Amino acid sequence: MNAITRQLTGLRDWVDDRFPLMKLWNEHLAQYYAPKNFNFWYYFGVLSLVVFVIQILTGIWLVMNYKPDANEAFASVEYIMRDVDWGWLIRYMHSTGASAFFVVVYLHMFRAMLYGSYQKPRELLWILGMLLYLSLMAEAFMGYLLPWGQMSFWGAQVIISLFGAIPVVGEFLSTMIRGDFVVSDITLNRFFSLHVIALPFAIAGLVVLHIIALHEVGSNNPDGVEIKKHKGADGHPLDGIPFHPYYTVKDSVGIVVFLMLFSIVVFFAPEMGGYFLEANNFIPADPLKTPLHIAPVWYFTPFYSILRANTVNFFWLDAKLWGVIFMGLGVMVLFLLPWLDRSPVRSIRYRGKLYKLALGIFVVCFLILGYLGVLPPTPGRTLAAQICTVIYFLFFLLMPVITKLDRTLPVPDRVTH
Amino acid sequence: MRRVTLFSALVLCCGLAWASTEGPKLLNANVDLGNRAGLQNGAKLFLNYCVSCHSASFMRYNRVAADLGIPEDEVKRSLMFTTDKIGDTMQVAMKGTDAEQWFGIQPPDLSVTARSRGSDWIYSYLLSFYTDPTRPTGVNNPYLPGAAMPHILWELGGTKKAVYHKVKGEDGHESEVLAHLEADKPGRLSEVEFQREMRDLVAFMVYLGEPAKLVRYALGVKVLLFLSVLWVAVYLMKREYWKDVH
Repeated sequence: MNAITRQLTGLRDWVDDRFPLMKLWNEHLAQYYAPKNFNFWYYFGVLSLVVFVIQILTGIWLVMNYKPDANEAFASVEYIMRDVDWGWLIRYMHSTGASAFFVVVYLHMFRAMLYGSYQKPRELLWILGMLLYLSLMAEAFMGYLLPWGQMSFWGAQVIISLFGAIPVVGEFLSTMIRGDFVVSDITLNRFFSLHVIALPFAIAGLVVLHIIALHEVGSNNPDGVEIKKHKGADGHPLDGIPFHPYYTVKDSVGIVVFLMLFSIVVFFAPEMGGYFLEANNFIPADPLKTPLHIAPVWYFTPFYSILRANTVNFFWLDAKLWGVIFMGLGVMVLFLLPWLDRSPVRSIRYRGKLYKLALGIFVVCFLILGYLGVLPPTPGRTLAAQICTVIYFLFFLLMPVITKLDRTLPVPDRVTH
Repeated sequence: MRRVTLFSALVLCCGLAWASTEGPKLLNANVDLGNRAGLQNGAKLFLNYCVSCHSASFMRYNRVAADLGIPEDEVKRSLMFTTDKIGDTMQVAMKGTDAEQWFGIQPPDLSVTARSRGSDWIYSYLLSFYTDPTRPTGVNNPYLPGAAMPHILWELGGTKKAVYHKVKGEDGHESEVLAHLEADKPGRLSEVEFQREMRDLVAFMVYLGEPAKLVRYALGVKVLLFLSVLWVAVYLMKREYWKDVH
């Protein structure tokens, strides 16, 4: 052992006597045993963390030059794009990061559905994840107002006014959210505050809770079998390998591939054909000019489609209110997934044809809803959205029955390769 | 011949589309940001013709000089008309209140117009002014009907007149619909030359909308090359570590 190593070890031990450094390191990395059969779908958790770090870092530098002021916000974004050194790169990383966050989070959630990762004992892990997803939606919605373009302004105006559909308290509620009777400088300021302080804090805290919960119950895997059932003489799962170094090096490969795809968008298509940065948002916000077609960014469009699909007044309630109710339910129903799924098996590999079919139809409908949400409505599209909305909810409503009736296959005792 | 080049294309592509509610079909601007001489020419056109009324208030003169390789002295001498400070942004010479009196509206800032409208739209718009005596400016434009902007480039591009055709609506009522445009009085430039000039102008406006576009692609290639090398290293490391996992 040379002098430098000895000194570093000494420093580590000094800290370790006063802080559980090695304990944390071992519990969460070096001696956290993860199943050895993780596949492609298991990259998206760590990728969400990578995007979160990108968003925090680029966000810190954006705030150094951005002005949350209705008269200056638009110009300050252009100032960042032109006069700030590397400002354009920081801004494009942040705007692309917003969409990338949803891409990886949606794939991460779909992974949980594929392999039943929300089933007992991981219900709380799933709920914490859902809370993260809700915080992320709020974070994205508020961040989108900040460039103060036409889409920022009118998107916020439309979504906030949805709260107005709630009986009795609706108008009061939307006024409280805006802090004004229309979206204004006051709204911009409070959204800025929530976007850069409150919600990042909430997300960071939830990420910690999500990971603590994960490491308590252990990771699921593509076979959906509990690796803790078979432990070796050393007390470690036979099918488990230490997260570090095995998964730190494997995830690094995935992270580099992700960064390549991310860079392709950032450098070659930052607007992504108008899906990541909309053309209308290069026009400064004008409260007097409503754009012809107002659509949210792609990651909200499945739920926006559900909102618009409600066109009939039912039971003395306004169609708009039904839209808001179903849009809310569309997100909230996901919380119930651990209790709706009654299947004795976790993984899609050992489920029957019935559930595979149902999940396939559900995914197709979700994608169609997302696609319809970016388009202006026509009678045909509204009908398609209505059909898909019904199927979306039927998937969850019928899930207890489908998963009970489903003829599952025998689950292996140990993980397969 | 002149007529053949632009207008046969116009008639073919747009004749039918103009009757629809979506607005006329856009011409293809086909700009090339790699053509520096074109961008310089575009800058000259933009600062000589557009900035008399439109500002580009997010863009600085010295940035244009540096990016397009025009000496600052040259910029000061032949491109700056509203200021003598090379670090200033491109402000308009005309007062806002005057503009509203003359045109009824303050001409919009053009800094990011290429990003909101798109290069094809600007190109189509610039090529499609036609004589319309009912308008205060004497011209109209199918891409922005009732636009307040006069045909500032008539000297170069000449004037055009509209050709209408009659359409019978569902109620049997006949109405006139703009079919296509025809060259009327020729300008100083031929049709093809004028198109080339407008292509340069639009290319400059695309650059104006996002100056980083000039460096973004080349940097992207370098970043991807670096990541490819990194991937090989990281992949080999992964393979080495995973040798003992069975």
